[in-house]
Amino acid sequence: MEITVNINGTDYAADVAPRMLLVDFIRTEAGLTGTHIGCDTTSCGVCTVLVDDTPMKTCTMFAVQANGKSLTTVEGLKENGQLSPIQEAFKEEHGLQCGFCTPAMMLVGKAFIEENPNPSDDEVRWAISGNLCRCTGYVNIVKAIQTAGATVAAGSSQEAS
Amino acid sequence: MYPAAFDYLAPTSKEEALDILAERGSEVKVLAGGQSLIPMMKLRLAQPGTLVDINGVPGLNAIDTPNGYLRIQALARHNDIVRSDVVAAENALIASTAPWVADPLVRNRGTLCGSVAHHDPEGDWASVMLALDATVVAESRDGGEREIPIQDFLVDIFTTSLQPTELLTEVRVDRYTRGGGNYQKLERKVGDYATVGVATHLELDDGGSIAKAGIALTSVYSQNLKVTAAEELLVGKQPSTELFAQAAQVAKDACDPTSDVRGSAAFKRDVVRVYTERSLAASLAGAQG
Repeated sequence: MEITVNINGTDYAADVAPRMLLVDFIRTEAGLTGTHIGCDTTSCGVCTVLVDDTPMKTCTMFAVQANGKSLTTVEGLKENGQLSPIQEAFKEEHGLQCGFCTPAMMLVGKAFIEENPNPSDDEVRWAISGNLCRCTGYVNIVKAIQTAGATVAAGSSQEAS
Repeated sequence: MYPAAFDYLAPTSKEEALDILAERGSEVKVLAGGQSLIPMMKLRLAQPGTLVDINGVPGLNAIDTPNGYLRIQALARHNDIVRSDVVAAENALIASTAPWVADPLVRNRGTLCGSVAHHDPEGDWASVMLALDATVVAESRDGGEREIPIQDFLVDIFTTSLQPTELLTEVRVDRYTRGGGNYQKLERKVGDYATVGVATHLELDDGGSIAKAGIALTSVYSQNLKVTAAEELLVGKQPSTELFAQAAQVAKDACDPTSDVRGSAAFKRDVVRVYTERSLAASLAGAQG
């Protein structure tokens, strides 16, 4: 089946079998390997990307379901060639160790702080509860998402004033 | 892991979807959220010849009160329910359950109707629908619309009375004026199946007595279990802690959990008792509030 998926602003067209998983389309057809495959059973969340701005597990979607949709992966997070607030915050707060869960954590965090830029610890932990990290113990991931929220909130209040 | 090959069809109208179901029947599976179906296909526990993706069908995502009942349609996601002002105002049990279904990412995609149609015995929504005496609406090209009481709809584990030519289009729940509801769920971690789930719903009459009661249990029986004896015990009586303790004991006696990694059968039975008491107390507080 011929499909076209927009990823990070670029259209990727391919003829794919209906059973091709979206995560494999992203990694092999689009060549964007920042989106990872972890458990492959809808549990760990490392394959998460934004599908029309909503985080979803791409091991549990078929590529054909993304036909005509707009996706954002970790490669699309940068803004004007610079690290975006969520990336900067993960760097500053040391919100990663091995880095395997980090692309998904940043994408979930970005979508979350757009809804709630000033979250409590519990609210962040609830928001990332579909994403597993086996290194950090989550403390610095929570901090990073809060820091990014504060940066985004400060930026939008500057724009408003 | 890859599923077996299948034909993929993405109808853009309900009529087109019903045509496909009428023509292909039992080889078809309907794909809504896919958060249970796709994992089962990847494990090859499900091998449909045709997948009908209804995500592009308009007019199937309403959460509203069109004709005196609360209606939740086939493409309403769990997180649509979490965020719905209509659900928050209309039905405490559904509102209380939605944030506990699966994990935040699955909630962005999965649907209530899909969960009911899938009828995993450890799913939360089927218990909620049993406690609320919901009605399932199925449509087919040649049979039109069919209303199915939830108890007739849920036949056995992973088995419902939905016909191969039918599409589950919505669930309907009666509105109430003086009522409350609550879901209690014990889970080892977010996204895991419930170790124990208890759904309760109470409606009060003008004198404060219990006019209607719903109690259903998750993960402690071969399928979602409506505890009719406990419901009957409550109806017509003034609510009290003692009465709720009696109903909770009936629920504990009715369930038949298995010992597994999530806990022993004896532990789960006692959690049923404690959670039924807590859930009824919360439902009553909502009804009186």
